[in-house]
Amino acid sequence: MAEQTPELQPQSPETRAVLAGDPELTSTDSTASKEAHTGGRNTVLTRFWAQGQAKVGVILTAIVVGLALIGPLLLPWATGYTTTEFAARPFQPDGLFGTDNLGRDVWSRFLGGGLTLLYYAALATALGMVLGLILGMLAAYVGGWLDSLIMRANDVLLAIPQLVFALLAITVLGPQGWVLVLVIGITHAPRIARVARSATLGVISEDYIRAAEMYAMPRSRLLVREIMPNITGPLAVEAGLRLTYSIGSIASLSFLGLGMQPPTADWGLMINENRIALSIQPWGVLLPVAAIAVLTIGTNLIADSLARASASANAGDQS
Amino acid sequence: MIARLVVRRLLISIVILFAVSLIVFFATLLLPGDPARAILGQQATPERIAAINAQMNLDAPPWTRYFLWLGGLFTGDLGTSVATGQPVSELLGERVGASVFLMVAAALISVPAGILLGIYSALRRGKAVDSAITGISLVLAALPEFVVGIALVAFFSTTVFTILPAVTMQPPGTQVWDFPLQLVLPVAVLVLVVTPYIARMMRATMIEVLDSGYVEMARLKGVPERRVVLRHALPHAIGPVAQVIAIQLAWMAGGVVVVEFLFRYPGLGQALIDAVSYRDVQVVQAVTMIIAVIYVIVNLLADIVGILANPKLRTGGES
Amino acid sequence: MTPTRQQRPHVPGARGGRGSGPRGASRAQPDVQVTALSSGSAWHERRESGANVLEIDSLEIEAVASGSAVIDDVSLALRPAEILALVGESGSGKTTVGLSVLGHFRPGLRHGGGTVTLYPSHTDRPAEMTALDDAALRRLRGARVTYIPQDPALSLNPGIRVGEQIREVLDIHNFGASAEERTERVRSVLAEVGLPGDDAYQARYPHQLSGGQQQRIGIAMAFAMYPDVLVLDEPTTGLDVTTQAQVLDTVRDMTVRHQVASLYITHDLAVVSEIADRVAVMLRGRIVEENTTEEVLGSPQHAYTRKLLAAVPDLAGRNRIGETAEPGAPAGSVHEPEAPAGSSAGFAGRPEAGSAAAAVRAAGASAVVLEVSELGLAYGENTVLDGIDLELEAGECTLLLGESGSGKTTLSRSIAGILDSYTGRVCYRGEELAKNTRQRTLDQRKQIQYIFQSPFSSLNPRRTLGQSLAVPLEMSGELNAAGRRDRVKDALDAVRLGRQFYSRRPGDLSGGERQRAAIARALVNMPSVLICDEITSALDVSVQASILALLRTLQEERGLAMLFVTHNIALARHIASRVAVLNKGVLVEAGPVDEVLDTPQHAYTRELLTNVPKL
Repeated sequence: MAEQTPELQPQSPETRAVLAGDPELTSTDSTASKEAHTGGRNTVLTRFWAQGQAKVGVILTAIVVGLALIGPLLLPWATGYTTTEFAARPFQPDGLFGTDNLGRDVWSRFLGGGLTLLYYAALATALGMVLGLILGMLAAYVGGWLDSLIMRANDVLLAIPQLVFALLAITVLGPQGWVLVLVIGITHAPRIARVARSATLGVISEDYIRAAEMYAMPRSRLLVREIMPNITGPLAVEAGLRLTYSIGSIASLSFLGLGMQPPTADWGLMINENRIALSIQPWGVLLPVAAIAVLTIGTNLIADSLARASASANAGDQS
Repeated sequence: MIARLVVRRLLISIVILFAVSLIVFFATLLLPGDPARAILGQQATPERIAAINAQMNLDAPPWTRYFLWLGGLFTGDLGTSVATGQPVSELLGERVGASVFLMVAAALISVPAGILLGIYSALRRGKAVDSAITGISLVLAALPEFVVGIALVAFFSTTVFTILPAVTMQPPGTQVWDFPLQLVLPVAVLVLVVTPYIARMMRATMIEVLDSGYVEMARLKGVPERRVVLRHALPHAIGPVAQVIAIQLAWMAGGVVVVEFLFRYPGLGQALIDAVSYRDVQVVQAVTMIIAVIYVIVNLLADIVGILANPKLRTGGES
Repeated sequence: MTPTRQQRPHVPGARGGRGSGPRGASRAQPDVQVTALSSGSAWHERRESGANVLEIDSLEIEAVASGSAVIDDVSLALRPAEILALVGESGSGKTTVGLSVLGHFRPGLRHGGGTVTLYPSHTDRPAEMTALDDAALRRLRGARVTYIPQDPALSLNPGIRVGEQIREVLDIHNFGASAEERTERVRSVLAEVGLPGDDAYQARYPHQLSGGQQQRIGIAMAFAMYPDVLVLDEPTTGLDVTTQAQVLDTVRDMTVRHQVASLYITHDLAVVSEIADRVAVMLRGRIVEENTTEEVLGSPQHAYTRKLLAAVPDLAGRNRIGETAEPGAPAGSVHEPEAPAGSSAGFAGRPEAGSAAAAVRAAGASAVVLEVSELGLAYGENTVLDGIDLELEAGECTLLLGESGSGKTTLSRSIAGILDSYTGRVCYRGEELAKNTRQRTLDQRKQIQYIFQSPFSSLNPRRTLGQSLAVPLEMSGELNAAGRRDRVKDALDAVRLGRQFYSRRPGDLSGGERQRAAIARALVNMPSVLICDEITSALDVSVQASILALLRTLQEERGLAMLFVTHNIALARHIASRVAVLNKGVLVEAGPVDEVLDTPQHAYTRELLTNVPKL
């Protein structure tokens, strides 16, 4: 999937002056330090939170995550049914949102159906981030043949679309949870590695890395203490994006009937099961679709806001 | 110079495809169980299993089988479907055309639309139109394609309006493009999912170029704004955007799987889902390879556009 | 005059009363008679009478975001064939003023008040540049008023052939009567700036030209339409002195030949003295002094001008730059704490520092601390350094002079052990050093310290100065945390930053402050050899002066052997006692400062000395 490009969209008045105004104006020897002191704390986090879309993103994400986390705890007392109990005949308007293709209560299945998706998506993202970060940083820092090897291997993995790769893995290993996490995580890794590599390359060309080398700083410490803190911005953005895509991919696989297996309650699977009755009993489809849409929009807004916040942070550093 | 670079990219593409074929073939060796037994099911007798094994070269060592399979790919012999016993090439033949048709149709709409929206947005930077385009594309970019698809189906085919067919019917002996109305929704989903990325990337690149020293210089030379955009800015935005378009189009090769499943569109994706459900390895292998080939070709084209758009590559660096 | 410059028919008597201006009105001849002359327009008359072609009056430019004035009450006037230098350090707003002459305000800035009036030669009507609509501005830009930008590498379009980029100006402004005439003009203007005008050359892309050639293309583009007013924005920054001298000659020559009024924006007073007729000095958006070049440079009136002049290194070494600024705040810009002279002396008085060098000096024995012999380095076919022999003595500073591409940074990094692919030997006190700093002994690493060129890159933005400066001590591992903290704070005092900088981050600091912090990092280990790689080239002259003063003090206090790498030969007498000249990877000349500067032996050194701009 595509990389979203962080744009230079300054949020604070000072950074706006740096970017939009005459660069001369802000690079003054005397004014630079003055500004920094009058501006108060101006970190990536404060710039992130200053954006309206960031707040919207966090709220949307919180709503769906809250629903998915608390939902299973409310069953069966809140609705009267567990996720797999039969409530009535299929596609009847009984209960709050009717029944599904097998006559189970849609509202119950919806409340109970978000947790696994979130859990798997988070695990897959974490796996991809760890793998990608290690590979990307090593490729950039060690360079040479290791760089070539890692990047060529990336190219090969990238030649198979993520979903197709997942389908190949499911064919061989079956539609099990760990397979989903593993295959989504592994297919994220090359994309994350690219970002980590280019961010690391940007940092290691800086003189402070040369200085650390000159003082013979152990390489592991150099990576962790000098490089890592300077690539957190792009990595945070990447984590947000990959989480969005993980949710989308896992939900898609379930929707295709190749992710979570019946009779599990799962949003993607619910859509698959109930879509034949979209015109007569739409809630079994619309509820999970809405939840997935709100969730992915929320995480994407967060990722985009992070990108904007860290882009203006980096630009500010140069002043 | 250009020829040498293109040949180089071509060779890289071939190497990538070769590596993909290794992954695709040897991954399936992990498959538990005996394919011959799987094909024969209840009627498996030792003699018949031996016969099938001999017929499919299953007795041979993996490397021999790999090369036989690879050789088959070149001659159009994609093996035999374990599920149906049909030759895979027969099974997929028309479906390749149908899928490619779907993707090309979507690409022909989304590429120009994305580029134009991105440029327009960049030229109206900070204005309401720009915010609207950026905001909508950010939301759309977050949504998995089945969410977009279900939303469209609910709106146009079932719950709200019923003006467009929700599924694709293809009587034998006809082609998918004989029923244009059926194509509207599948193409629309792909377009809605792909366009935002292209538009966002185009906007970001264009803004970067518009802020460059040479665009400022062109304005200070008195160059009319139209010419500033078309002659001075746009050519420099095309190279990077070509890469994103390639990634998007290649990604469409994965997204098309979901779209075809959703609309019962008789393409490769539909075949792939069925094959995964039946663990029909030969078909999965073949479809994966076809999709990888599509990916590599699209990427190659993007690289060539990138080379042609870059005078430094075109003229061979310092002279 | 040149007939081609009249693009539009003159409208007799069309001139409005408003635009004539005080000087126009004071001219002897009435307007009607002027236009009646067949030999030229009113404008030509104007020019002959020496009236202004550009008048900036009480110009104010403000930041959109805050509404605060960035340019405040600036008034300037330009006459034909005259070069007015607009001088100021970074942040003074000189580029902003320059661009306003073209009616251009960069994003984030807007016109606040005052006028910029241009008297263009194609019409009798003066143009108010801040009030024109876009179409009218476009007609003037690139034709009547043109711009030569600072960095041609960024401002030439990398995707368009250079000939076409010049040709474009002529096409847009309908130069001449025919396409042939325009083709001919491209050729002739290229010849005027000293470039071959043939088709093959015109077909090149910017990246196929050298920096100097790219700048000439920019000049050709600016002169193509025979403009009335030219704005030059530091056009020689980043060029070598020889190229700079050639470009300056070209600009001077073209300005006079075509009677163009030029506004020359620069920070370099030496260049000003070479090229300008008049000088205006800018400080924080205001003009503090304006007069003839002789007056401003000879008897500056404003304190800021005097300070600026005092900071300019001159080849003869008459002024010791930075001296006047000590010990108070130099340049009024670098943060100067309550100058802890006492603590600095205390720091220097530690047993390791000073005494060793003093002992060496007292002994009178060979004071050679570092010896480079037969050092060479090549990347494949490309030889970067060849057979370098160099000695550094305790308590002595050697200036290593080289232009860009001479290999000076490669040499200094090889000595420091940052680059390890060199051949030959580097010896510290007679002992050969391992090529890579990681293989050198702890003591060797401590004794030889290297300071990077850019203070914006050499400190980790995510870590405090305290953390960054403690790294060398942590790696040598002989002090505990408290000891390290004390040592770092002492070093911050020694570079006149003050210990309160301990917990600040580089992002809060100015360039000068950052470079002081970088120097402090090199000092915490009490080295005996200090390699300074172009450490003042990214800084304003006044900051450079204060840094040089600091280095001189430190060197004397501690008896350091110092290698000061620079492209600026004018610094020699201000910091060094010896000079080594590096040209294309070969040391062509080395010796005591006076010897090399007064009686240069090598042609390259002589050329450099001729071309360096002098005050």
